[in-house]
Amino acid sequence: MAQHFLTEEQEMIRDLARQIAQEKIVPMRAELDEQEEFPWEIMKLLAESDLFRIWIPEEYGGLGEGIFGLCLAMEELSRACAGVAVSYAGSALGGTPILLYGTEEQKQKYLPQLASGERLGAFALTEANAGSDVAGMQATARKVDDGYVLNGTKQWITNGGEAEIYTVFTITDRNRGARGSTAFIMEKGMEGFSFGKKEKKLGIRTSSTRELVFQDCFVPTAQRLGREGMGFIVAMKTFDQSRPGIGAQSVGIAQGALDEAIQFARERHQFGKTISSFQAVQHMLADMATEIEAARALVYYAARLVDSGDRSASKIAAMAKVFPSDMAMRVTTNAVQIMGGSGYMREYPVEKMMRDAKITQIYEGTNQIMRNVIAGNLIKEAAAL
Amino acid sequence: MNIVVCIKQVPGTAEVRIHSETHTLIRDGVESMVTVFTMGPPQAEAALREAVSYGVDEVVLVSDRALVGSDTLATAYAIAKGIAKIGAYDLILCGKQAIDGDTAQVGPEVAERLGIPFVAWVRKVEEVGDGKIRVQRMMDDGYEVIEMPLPALITVVKEINEPRLASLKGKLRAKKLEIPMWSAEDIGVEEDQVGLKGSPTQVMRIFSPEPRGAGERLEGEAEEVAQRLAERLKVMGFV
Ligand SMILES: Cc1cc2nc3c(=O)[nH]c(=O)nc-3n(C[C@H](O)[C@H](O)[C@H](O)COP(=O)(O)OP(=O)(O)OC[C@H]3O[C@@H](n4cnc5c(N)ncnc54)[C@H](O)[C@@H]3O)c2cc1C
Repeated sequence: MAQHFLTEEQEMIRDLARQIAQEKIVPMRAELDEQEEFPWEIMKLLAESDLFRIWIPEEYGGLGEGIFGLCLAMEELSRACAGVAVSYAGSALGGTPILLYGTEEQKQKYLPQLASGERLGAFALTEANAGSDVAGMQATARKVDDGYVLNGTKQWITNGGEAEIYTVFTITDRNRGARGSTAFIMEKGMEGFSFGKKEKKLGIRTSSTRELVFQDCFVPTAQRLGREGMGFIVAMKTFDQSRPGIGAQSVGIAQGALDEAIQFARERHQFGKTISSFQAVQHMLADMATEIEAARALVYYAARLVDSGDRSASKIAAMAKVFPSDMAMRVTTNAVQIMGGSGYMREYPVEKMMRDAKITQIYEGTNQIMRNVIAGNLIKEAAAL
Repeated sequence: MNIVVCIKQVPGTAEVRIHSETHTLIRDGVESMVTVFTMGPPQAEAALREAVSYGVDEVVLVSDRALVGSDTLATAYAIAKGIAKIGAYDLILCGKQAIDGDTAQVGPEVAERLGIPFVAWVRKVEEVGDGKIRVQRMMDDGYEVIEMPLPALITVVKEINEPRLASLKGKLRAKKLEIPMWSAEDIGVEEDQVGLKGSPTQVMRIFSPEPRGAGERLEGEAEEVAQRLAERLKVMGFV
């Protein structure tokens, strides 16, 4: 396979993640999907192998390999099981706001815990009435002496209940609109912080998606992330960092499906020949492989751009989420098609990959919202010329 | 506790990892320092780097032209000398046997050379500490529990542990680490006791034995099985 100009360290990340994925995750993925149980055993393996350290800077116990390093691991884990991969990435999504906007004290406290994998992170923005339109948020944080009191319910939070460190977005001043939101670092076990129902899902079923419930939950001011009113900025800047990771997840899922489809096509005989000898099948495989390679190139480019600190990364980061996720949906659907009835059966992994692929078009901003972001940037850039 | 693990680099097999892995069992829960030791050609360094990626603390490579052609006796002598140079040790781990030579002699010979007790075919370390170690020795029909004082040597079978995964930090360290390479002179071996000169073994011929058939199992009530067996033996002309 092409080398993509990786450094030795990046190759190491990719190879180790691939080894863990193929040796440890592949044999378990069907059962994890069936049982809908959180993959703690695998999370421990990833922790022991230092995979949680990748994106965190060295001064906080990480390896300083940035978003690109994280994307390489995501791709390989997703190739085996996207549900495991999102549980892994959910921790980075919860930690990224701390890295970007945390005080030195907050970073010293939380990043090493996330780096070692001893505690998982999560990111809580969505609510029942605030999906794409995050400004519809209702969870509030009321200022009191020495801190804030949180009330409200967050919905569909990845790693909910399993994670111990949560970045939670609230409204502190409803009159200020987008400037009225504030983020907090919350810990599992705080009084007034509990978990609601765990969702039953179409795909990524080993991952936990759960409600967070805050009832008169007091937090000291020291837990506030960024200044009051900066909540939406914290969330949006985090997405610029995390969206290439969803692109990497999509590339991994699609690659996993292509691997299966090729192997199957070479072995399955109909009309006295392997089905891989039919041009109709060959062209599907060719298109799938081409699209995967194009998406991978876009994801790697976006990740490198984000790591370089480029301030205009929003547009490319959105592209690196929308194209790969649409691609993954097409490729996994075609993998099922190539494998016929076998592809539809749970005995083979591609039906799961097709179910798993769907989420990549929805979370971290739907693909409609991604196109809004890209177009908004295009128009702004043109106007600035 | 200081633990020395002897490994042998064997070309073209995944098994080699098992030898370098066995330390994990003892390491967890015991404050210890693990040194992986190998004797072999300079390229055996790769096996040591792999061991470092799994988290071992130190590695030593003994490599010298003078050692080429050593049989198990000479090899064990050189290894014992090398381990003595490492210094303080409490426990030495070797694989049961290397999968190329298959002799299973080097581990026990090293123990003899060092004058320490050993148990071969260990499948589990039950307890270690307080100056002694208790292990399970695998037998054809079960296992024996044996306790002996430290320092001691054990040779371990595959069942003792699953290879642990490498870590990224371990891999990064493995990449950069300077691996000490000791010569025959460094470990202070007598020249006439190593290499071809120091090796009394002569290999006349190497061959693969004919594989034995799967055999046949008679099942049922004892009396009836005995009867069938007797009939079969008669038909085959054995009785
Ligand atoms: C498995 C799973 C895990 C999740 N994990 C997390 C998490 O960890 N943290 C978190 O905060 N959230 C999480 N979410 C929430 C996720 O980010 C939201 O589902 C997503 O942002 C979309 O919101 P919504 O589902 O309310 O859809 P809606 O916003 O109600 O959208 C419905 C449809 O309308 C379209 N639409 C909406 N507005 C527009 C517009 N302006 N222009 C064009 N089309 C539009 C959308 O594209 C979509 O097709 C998760 C969701 C799922 C399903």
